[in-house]
Amino acid sequence: MTATPAISAAESPARAFLAGFKSAVTSVFFLVLAGTYVGIGALAHDFGFSAWWLMASSICVWAAPAQVILISSLGGGSALIEVAIAVSLSAIRLFPMVVALLPLLRGPSVRTRHLLLPAHFTSVSMWVESLRLLPSIPRSRRIAFCNGLSVGYLGTAVTFGFVGFFLAAGLPPLLAGCLLFLTPMSFLTSTIRNSRQMVDGLALLLGLIIGPVLTAQHVELDLMWTGVAGGTLAYAIHRIRGAKK
Amino acid sequence: MNATLSELWPYLLLLLVGFLPNEAWRVLGLVLARGLNEDSEWVVWSRAVATAILAGVIAKLIVFSTGALANIPLSLRVGAAICGCLAFWVARRSVFAGVLAGELVLLAGGLLFPS
Repeated sequence: MTATPAISAAESPARAFLAGFKSAVTSVFFLVLAGTYVGIGALAHDFGFSAWWLMASSICVWAAPAQVILISSLGGGSALIEVAIAVSLSAIRLFPMVVALLPLLRGPSVRTRHLLLPAHFTSVSMWVESLRLLPSIPRSRRIAFCNGLSVGYLGTAVTFGFVGFFLAAGLPPLLAGCLLFLTPMSFLTSTIRNSRQMVDGLALLLGLIIGPVLTAQHVELDLMWTGVAGGTLAYAIHRIRGAKK
Repeated sequence: MNATLSELWPYLLLLLVGFLPNEAWRVLGLVLARGLNEDSEWVVWSRAVATAILAGVIAKLIVFSTGALANIPLSLRVGAAICGCLAFWVARRSVFAGVLAGELVLLAGGLLFPS
């Protein structure tokens, strides 16, 4: 963990941007992102996308789960409407995150257009660190700091995406297989860790079971149904148990 | 399809089915950024749906693997994932330990039982 960066309101926005960038590349999320995007780079290579396409997807989607869904379902030949629905359902969490972040960035001289970039950059790593670090930074320098932080994380993701892509292309089959295993293994463990309530753990378990069953049965829009059925069932069980207490 | 279009097509798809459905939620957050309780029932349900979708993708990547991972037997892939989860718990919910253990089991299994 990095120490809280000390920035005074007297310093220029450029200095605040650099301080944000520096705290990104020295934080614990640097390693997490590097590992995740090495895996995603290998996945993109495996499904036949170009390295430039991967870079473009990291910059404009900037959400690892959505990118994994996009690459595996688009590359696997799913119907476009299904890909769009699955990506969208995976991204709902971004909505409350943006809502929670913006009050920290708003100020007397801040206009909505200044908030466009921070809103676009909102993702788990940036959000957790922003909520932790921004309160100690002068309000007039927060957007610059936040953008620096985000560019640091995004640059890490893009760089290690390239690394994974070209490693997958050059490694012997077994090691390339291990590289491809990084994505499901890291997402599985980090999703277990992020499960804050019983309902999240239940949704994870149901999704793990329902997903492959629907795929094996060749059900149309299998990902969407996995999410809606697994998520709603988990939610229903959570409500019923809550009502009994 | 002419050459330019076939080169641009993946990028067009990226915008249509990747960028737009994802970004819509961020823009919505920007537009409607007024008191939304993190624990409201709607948020709990949407998080459950998103978690189940992601779990479905994870399971598909392990069970119906493609490319180099498909050369490794299914039982070994599933076994490595279970070992990774066990290591995650043993090491007090450490993602790093979980990933490392899963990868080592997969690598060792792949070396011991070459396909």
